Amino acid sequence: MNLTTKYMGLELRNPLIASAGPLSETVDGIKKLETAGVGAVVMFSLFEEQLQQEANTLDASLEAGTESFAESLSYFPHADDFKVGPEQYLEILHAASQQVQIPIIGSLNGISSKGWIEYARKMQEAGAKGIELNLYYIPTDPKMSATAVEKQKVAVVQAVKAAVTIPVAVKLSPFFTSMASMARKMKRAGADALVLFNRFYQPDFDLDELTVSPTLHLSTAEEIRLPLRWLAILRGQLRISLAATTGVQTSTEVVKYLLAGADAVMTTSALLHNGPGYATQLIAGLQQWMEEHEYRSIKQMKGAMSQKSVADPTAFERANYIKILEKYKSEYTLKP
Amino acid sequence: MKKLTGIMDGNEATAYIAHKTNEVCAIYPITPSSPMGEFSDEWSAGNKKNIWGTIPLVAELQSEGGASGAVHGALQTGALTTTFTASQGLLLMIPNMYKIAGELTATVFHVTARSLACQALSIFGDHSDVLACRATGFAFLCSASVQEAMDMALIAQAATLESRVPFLHFFDGFRTSHEVQKVNLIPEDQIRAMINDELVFAHRARALNPEKPVLRGTAQNPDVYFQGRETVNPFYDQVPGIVEKVMAQFGKIVGRHYKLFDYSGAPDAERVIVVMGSGAEAALEAVNFLAAKGEKVGVLRVHLYRPFSAKHFLTALPKSVKALAVLDRTKEPGCAGEPMYQDVLTVLGEAQQGDALPFAKMPRVIGGRYGLSSKEFTPAMVKAVFDELAKPQPKNHFTVGINDDVGHTSLTCDPKFITESPKVTRAMFFGLGADGTVGANKNTIKIIGDETDLYTQGYFVYDSKKSGSRTVSHLRFGPEPILSTYLVQAANFIGCHQFNFLEKTDVLKYAAEGAVFLLNSPYSQQETWERLPRSVQQQIIDRKVKFYVIDAYKVAAATGMGTRINTIMQTCFFAISGVLPKDEAIEKIKGAIKKTYGKKGEDVVKKNFEAVDQTLANLHAMKVPATATSKVEMPPPVPAEAPDYVKNVLGKIMSDQGDELPVSAMPVDGTFPTGTTQWEKRNISLSVPVWDPKTCIQCGNCAYVCPHACIRMKTVSPTALAQAPQGFVSTQLKGKDAGDKRYILQVAVEDCTGCALCVQACPAKNKEQVSRRAINMEDKDPILARERANFSFFQTLPENDRTTLDMTSLRDVQFLQPLFEFSGACGGCGETPYVKLASQLFGDRMIVANATGCSSIYGGNLPTTPWAKNKEGRGPAWSNSLFEDNAEFGFGYSLTVEKHRELAGELLKTLAADVGETLVSEILGAKQATEAEIAQQRQRVATLKGKLATSKKPEARNLLTLADMLVKRSVWIMGGDGWAYDIGYGGLDHVLASGRKVNVLVLDTEVYSNTGGQMSKSTPIGAVAKFAAGGKRMGKKDLGMIAMSYGNVYVAKIAMGASPRQTLRAFVEADAYPGPSLIIAYSHCIAHGIDMINGLRQQKLAVDSGHWPLYRYNPLLAAQGQNPLQLDSKQPSIPLKDYIYTEIRYKMLTHSNPEVAKQLLEDGQKFVNDRWAMYEKLAANGGAVAPVVAG
Repeated sequence: MNLTTKYMGLELRNPLIASAGPLSETVDGIKKLETAGVGAVVMFSLFEEQLQQEANTLDASLEAGTESFAESLSYFPHADDFKVGPEQYLEILHAASQQVQIPIIGSLNGISSKGWIEYARKMQEAGAKGIELNLYYIPTDPKMSATAVEKQKVAVVQAVKAAVTIPVAVKLSPFFTSMASMARKMKRAGADALVLFNRFYQPDFDLDELTVSPTLHLSTAEEIRLPLRWLAILRGQLRISLAATTGVQTSTEVVKYLLAGADAVMTTSALLHNGPGYATQLIAGLQQWMEEHEYRSIKQMKGAMSQKSVADPTAFERANYIKILEKYKSEYTLKP
Repeated sequence: MKKLTGIMDGNEATAYIAHKTNEVCAIYPITPSSPMGEFSDEWSAGNKKNIWGTIPLVAELQSEGGASGAVHGALQTGALTTTFTASQGLLLMIPNMYKIAGELTATVFHVTARSLACQALSIFGDHSDVLACRATGFAFLCSASVQEAMDMALIAQAATLESRVPFLHFFDGFRTSHEVQKVNLIPEDQIRAMINDELVFAHRARALNPEKPVLRGTAQNPDVYFQGRETVNPFYDQVPGIVEKVMAQFGKIVGRHYKLFDYSGAPDAERVIVVMGSGAEAALEAVNFLAAKGEKVGVLRVHLYRPFSAKHFLTALPKSVKALAVLDRTKEPGCAGEPMYQDVLTVLGEAQQGDALPFAKMPRVIGGRYGLSSKEFTPAMVKAVFDELAKPQPKNHFTVGINDDVGHTSLTCDPKFITESPKVTRAMFFGLGADGTVGANKNTIKIIGDETDLYTQGYFVYDSKKSGSRTVSHLRFGPEPILSTYLVQAANFIGCHQFNFLEKTDVLKYAAEGAVFLLNSPYSQQETWERLPRSVQQQIIDRKVKFYVIDAYKVAAATGMGTRINTIMQTCFFAISGVLPKDEAIEKIKGAIKKTYGKKGEDVVKKNFEAVDQTLANLHAMKVPATATSKVEMPPPVPAEAPDYVKNVLGKIMSDQGDELPVSAMPVDGTFPTGTTQWEKRNISLSVPVWDPKTCIQCGNCAYVCPHACIRMKTVSPTALAQAPQGFVSTQLKGKDAGDKRYILQVAVEDCTGCALCVQACPAKNKEQVSRRAINMEDKDPILARERANFSFFQTLPENDRTTLDMTSLRDVQFLQPLFEFSGACGGCGETPYVKLASQLFGDRMIVANATGCSSIYGGNLPTTPWAKNKEGRGPAWSNSLFEDNAEFGFGYSLTVEKHRELAGELLKTLAADVGETLVSEILGAKQATEAEIAQQRQRVATLKGKLATSKKPEARNLLTLADMLVKRSVWIMGGDGWAYDIGYGGLDHVLASGRKVNVLVLDTEVYSNTGGQMSKSTPIGAVAKFAAGGKRMGKKDLGMIAMSYGNVYVAKIAMGASPRQTLRAFVEADAYPGPSLIIAYSHCIAHGIDMINGLRQQKLAVDSGHWPLYRYNPLLAAQGQNPLQLDSKQPSIPLKDYIYTEIRYKMLTHSNPEVAKQLLEDGQKFVNDRWAMYEKLAANGGAVAPVVAG
């Protein structure tokens, strides 16, 4: 049985990728993921704002109160060697790339096309085999049009592509007026792969304190259906690598994503829940399903149930919605 | 070959040599010497090696006494060892200095000469400390400049190794230690060539060594001690010759030439000044100026002061000398003459007796004092001394630089005598500490010094406040070495970085004719001119000043610089001063920015670049009108209603005219009135809190946490508000017995520092807009006039009656008048809320002993001081003795209280028949446990005093002077952790163990805050501090646990931001406890690397993480059969990292050394877990920390 797959031009020993998360924050963690069998690791994300904020906070805090009072012209020892930029990230990336065989994909999370794109190049130099670009951005300015938002994203992708020679994947949100068109624009901008989808941190309210509280819930298997649909729609329409992320809890979701058309399937939640060793079970589960259903290779599975491949292509479109509503009625409303 | 140069101050220049030529540095921070230890520590932490290729070991001790002991021990065991100190620190080293010299041990102590605490403490420079060590047996070598500090440090090191006599190398505190100059560095090979390894080996060979054991430090008896003491004479005899030889060798190797006494001036001089230290440079400048005009004057600059070589002294002077003035930078009250004056007279007298005078006639010698506490010493003063010497009967024992209208010792100076060279660019910059002006100027000096052949000088004057402090930078650039060791007197560039300074100080006072004036103005060009005070307009016109304006805050905001305008103003300076070609200068600024901020990240560099680029477009040359038209007059520094003393003395100091105050204006014994900060309306914050009575729940939290006592609360009857000004706000008092009382929360907006802790502490939220609280920060300008009137009116309202308030109610306590107000502490200070609380609770019967440190500076630094009085004239009486002795000092208070109360009681009994038995028994039996009981006792004592006043009996008169003691007193011993955990710990321990009634408040910032963040034993694991640049490895000392182990000490660990109620309880219980009490208060601090607005949050995180468990240990509970230890905080609910990584002191280690940071985090978490488990156990099982001997 051949589990290998090609994702963003990289040959992977199997399609399971550990996505950006806390497990890839240390070299040890990355090694454990490799031992557990994953095909590749996406490093934890390097956040543009975080880097800027850390640098600014450090600067402001070290300067605060200095050169004001004769007895205490400073409050901290001078340190020549601060690692406030991406240095720490790059050091882990570099060390890990030396110590594991599987490809490591650097992850950049940013919104502008300014200097931080330089970090992509540094990631390549440090040993990244690919870059995953997370375009997390919530446009809140009513004066900013959808076209402008899309243009900005395209510009970032182009800038990153110009900075590196390794492949670049773009992790998108599903919230575009025309998702398929956006995917195409990404491809034209040079993206080698699309990762569907990133998840937004949705704020909640604390009713005792009357404050807005940021929350992060790990994804559940319920959530796979949105990416599943878009994988199935895009597969066959665009010649671009696709990866699925969100909601992988068991090998069932892995199988579904592959059938929909993913070249690779990512998970963080399941590995965080069950430990990095859980990857072994996910792969075993995938193998078992393939055996039971007589699939010989991942290549054979990929897109077997994409929109183009299924008997009823409308299942992914509006007609399916109507069907569901009818079913809903019949099962619940119409019963006495 | 191009000379190797560096831009540095005297401390760095000295430390550079000390670190290269020693194996061990044992140190302790003290201003202004601390940077020498800090440099050494940083260099060793950065693996910099000495000339033998090994990294010197740097160790911080608990005091200077400890440091000198460690030096002694390291020397005795053979290591080349040094230390750095000043002032009281040097005094603490004296006992060891005798030992080290007595044992002929080679070492150099590097000292930034500083004033001693007499009638007052001063951190500034003079020779009082050094000259107090004359008898120790150390040789003294003096440096007059930054270059000399480096050179003499090396000469001293070479000479001590050869002579075996220890050296004290000194230079003037601040003037030299902190003056930034361009110096020629001594390359390592030259240092190497100056040090003879054979002498180093000989030093080691004398070390204590069990392989060839000897014994040193015997006790000797009358038979031999004397002879033993005389054995060293030949060694001292050789020192001048050795130093002379070493100086010659130095000249040969390094190329700079020195003598023991360097003479300059006319070769046929008749009048000569003898002087040492930085003053010698100013004297030299004046002499050069006068001699060039043909005056027969000269200056003898002293380098080797001890041993004082008569031979070299006499040889150095021209034979033509007829009169000498010997200047001493110290004062010895009651002496026949100051030290160097006496030395010179002795030398001349002995020469005369031996017929060895090289002069035609015995010169006339006069002695004078100058420059105490960094008092300016200018060429005009030098000229005054020469003029005096020319008189037939010159004044002896004179002073110069002050107006002594009491002893009439002072010489008159001509302020117009200015010797500033026209070749030198002289610039002055007025900035705020927070706006980065000084940092930018240091950068400018580096750029010009590094990139051109010009010599540079920078000296920086800071005021005494820690919030909103003003800085004045004095910069000089010139083609020759700069000798002007005094402030700029005729500036050709003046930068005023804050518009409001124009109304507070005479910014253009020192502007030369045709000077360039750069003003940061938030107004349009037209408006800027109109808003200038009339006097400033006139100065600009009269002196043909070229006037430029920029709105730097606008540029800063637009380029992401926030409120830091340093880069912008620096760019302006280069653009219009002409020191460097403009484009070249801009390029250099950017280079410097990259160098300075590069390590802090790309983004910081980028925004600075952008600020530079934006500046030029916003810089405008102003057209100066022909006449001054402004209606703005410079307001008086204090309001007209202030007391005369405040107006005439303190007001002068506030407006930078303190130098003009005569001797008669100063108190003879250092005694000042309290409550003077109320007259210094500093108006330093642009935003201030505004109360919203509708949202307010009247909890008092905002007033409670306000570090500057700017939020005041009162309740009054509605009738009291009849005359209230328009816009005065009050509301119905909440609570069941409120009646129709009005509740008032008034803000002293002119005294607010804008820290916004009040907003953070407010628990009430506006229903319609939850981001707003019951108190919110708003722009001050629009409400200033109204709130000024409101606060004035508020102060006229009656105070709440103390006897009706519940002292355990957080809100009620805020109705008590704070008797500690408007201090100069940092905005958002974590210490002052505790101090203020104590003043509210006990202030009217409180006597405070305050250890030197932040609290003594914001508590007692002139011009104005925050300890205040109530309407009856009562309030805390406060004093600061020293750093190390504070517990003992306060203990002394308690001895007096006890003895005098006892004596008063005895006298009272003997006078019972006269004053009435009932009164006597009531007074002696009074419990005074509550405010009401204390008030009753005051009444009784008043009655008693009335009766005593009419009695003729001597006992009555005696008792009259002691009767006040019959009212309960509250003795408070306060200080920081540097005092309590380190230098004062021995005394504190003893005082706690004494069982006597004292209250100790430790304001624990976990670091030496006042001297700039050095590690103390309170510093926690993993925190970065100076002397712990790599993160502290040891856990924080558990002072509370040590105190608990006595069993009869009340101990509380508190954090106001975590539990305000527990804090209040602890204070009340501590005062009530009949024995010693110790309160350890978590005090967030600017040295933690936090945004001070989050101070209260940090306190809570510290408690929630278990780093700072809250508890009270009350031995009285044990007497009732209960566990004396009560844990007041819950089990840790967050991991330690969630607390510590919100503070830069911890976080920076993750940036500089992530692996170590990780390890120390683990260690720190374990420390917290273990300690919590122990406390929990103790609190659970009967609390048998120690056998309890209650009360």
